[in-house]
Amino acid sequence: MPGNPYARMDLGPYILLASLEGAITAAVLALTAVGLSLVFGVMRVVNIAHGEFFMLGAVIAWWIAHSFGGHPALGFGVALIAAPLVVGALAVAADMTILKRLNYDPERTIVATIGVLYIIQQMTLMGYGPDARPVEAPFNTRLAIPWFEHGADGWAMIWPWGLGTTSYKLAVIGAAVVLLCGVWLLMSRTRFGLVMRATQADRDMAQAFGIPVERVYALVFGLGAALAALAGVLIVPIQQAHYLMGADPLLLSFIVVIIGGLGSLPGTVLAAVLIGLSDGIISVFFSPTLAKILATLLVGLVLVFRPQGLFGARSE
Amino acid sequence: MSGGARVIALHGGLIALLFVLQFVLPAYHHGNLARIMVLASYAVGYNILFGYTGLLSLGHALFFAAGMYGMGLGIQHLGLTPAPALVLGLVAGAVVSGGLALLALRTTGVAFMIVTLMFAQVGYLTILYFGEYTRGDEGFVIQQAQRVLWGIDLSDPGNRYFAALILFGSCLMLSLWLVRAPFGKVLVAIRENEERVRMLGYDIFAHKLAAMVISGTIAAAAGASYGLLFGYAGASFASVQYSIFPLLWVLLGGAGTVLGPFIGTLFMFYLIDLSSGVTTAYMLIAGVALVLLTLFAPQGLMGELRRRVWRGLP
Repeated sequence: MPGNPYARMDLGPYILLASLEGAITAAVLALTAVGLSLVFGVMRVVNIAHGEFFMLGAVIAWWIAHSFGGHPALGFGVALIAAPLVVGALAVAADMTILKRLNYDPERTIVATIGVLYIIQQMTLMGYGPDARPVEAPFNTRLAIPWFEHGADGWAMIWPWGLGTTSYKLAVIGAAVVLLCGVWLLMSRTRFGLVMRATQADRDMAQAFGIPVERVYALVFGLGAALAALAGVLIVPIQQAHYLMGADPLLLSFIVVIIGGLGSLPGTVLAAVLIGLSDGIISVFFSPTLAKILATLLVGLVLVFRPQGLFGARSE
Repeated sequence: MSGGARVIALHGGLIALLFVLQFVLPAYHHGNLARIMVLASYAVGYNILFGYTGLLSLGHALFFAAGMYGMGLGIQHLGLTPAPALVLGLVAGAVVSGGLALLALRTTGVAFMIVTLMFAQVGYLTILYFGEYTRGDEGFVIQQAQRVLWGIDLSDPGNRYFAALILFGSCLMLSLWLVRAPFGKVLVAIRENEERVRMLGYDIFAHKLAAMVISGTIAAAAGASYGLLFGYAGASFASVQYSIFPLLWVLLGGAGTVLGPFIGTLFMFYLIDLSSGVTTAYMLIAGVALVLLTLFAPQGLMGELRRRVWRGLP
């Protein structure tokens, strides 16, 4: 296994470790992909610039953490609130100046969001530079994980070297679960959720009933971007902030949204968990490039042969 | 002058102008224009599918790279001479575009865009995966000795310009002939109203398939020539960016016009060339152009010309 830092570990603990890392990927991916899915579901547009909102979240988190001295938790806490708000506001502005004027035509919107992708990415390159920069986690206690092994004198508990995680990584998973429950509550239990679902079901009818569809669209676009930014803030203590970091989340979110069924939130979350976990475990056995090739190929073929997604119900 | 004669005069005039320019241009712009003509051929191929048939592909880099690597790997690993290597590149482009068409044409609209994007990404990653042969991101150089076609050294700037002109001239004329032929009229009709064309009894799928293979093969011809003329093949030519470029060039010049791809490539090339002297973030120009074009000028430069001055412009 080339490049495997844990090569000395037995396969069992190694797979456990890989699934833990996979769970973190899955958590962050679920947040990003739910944002993309929400935008696609309600507005019927594909936002190619979604990965850049993720990247902006991470970069703004670095900037805030860098400007605030003191305990790392202070800066990180501020970033956790401020970054999604800033990115969300930016997305609302992009919606009102660009997407609205295109009348949300699906094809022209894709071309325009490709443009937005380059604008955000290159502006970040100009302002932030080409370096990858770390952000210190607010708390980072190392937790070792025991492993049970059947030895000469029955079962024994051992502590394999390298098998462990940190409190922050577990907190990321917890935070994602809480946030996803929040999104679900927002969609199913609030008036704004009802309005969103009504707009998704029938835009013209919603408009006829006095729902300000354009404002709903702007808010949904902002909400989707804010979720991506939040995922970016959460990941930045684990993975450094870099201006090109948006490409992978974009691709993975596409994979997740398409496999989970376009616009279906439960399908998206399920697919995110599946892809995130298998990404960790597959890369134990295959090279990451091969894993990416297979995943991308799968998505292409799913779109061709099962456009409603693997878990989505056939709509017509 | 009748419409037909004016069309011939305009397009023949451009080729004659490009022919004359090689004797007067300073070396730097001479080299640039050779590059622009090859890239414009790529855009001409893209325009047949996007501009005339109305299918927006986000994966044409796959065809460009198929031509480039079909040619490059043929020279590098099979020891081919340039002429059969070029043919191998064209065949690779035709096969890859035909194969992708069979899959992607089952979808329409946004799904078509995403499917082409995904398969192009698969192609890019495959080139990286077989880095042993393709040298991945780093790419490989095609040596000067391997670039002699029928005794003509294509690394010489004069020969290179001439070869690029022949390629561009043939692509332009092919495109002009195609869109004025009945086949091209059917493509435009598909773009305007697919259901009505189907009702008139045309085989939509066959026409789209043919358009995609022609478009992909022209892109592959451009890719193979690019590798041969400039002596380099690298994975970056298969990346998403090289799928976005022809879209940008065609949008800027005017989708569905024969001259649009060249005009768009010329403008965008110099815009990026100028701005890359100022900043490393030169792709910012591409992003701003994409947004502004979709917002304010979806017809592009030649499209505006057609709308305001000459309605019969092909």
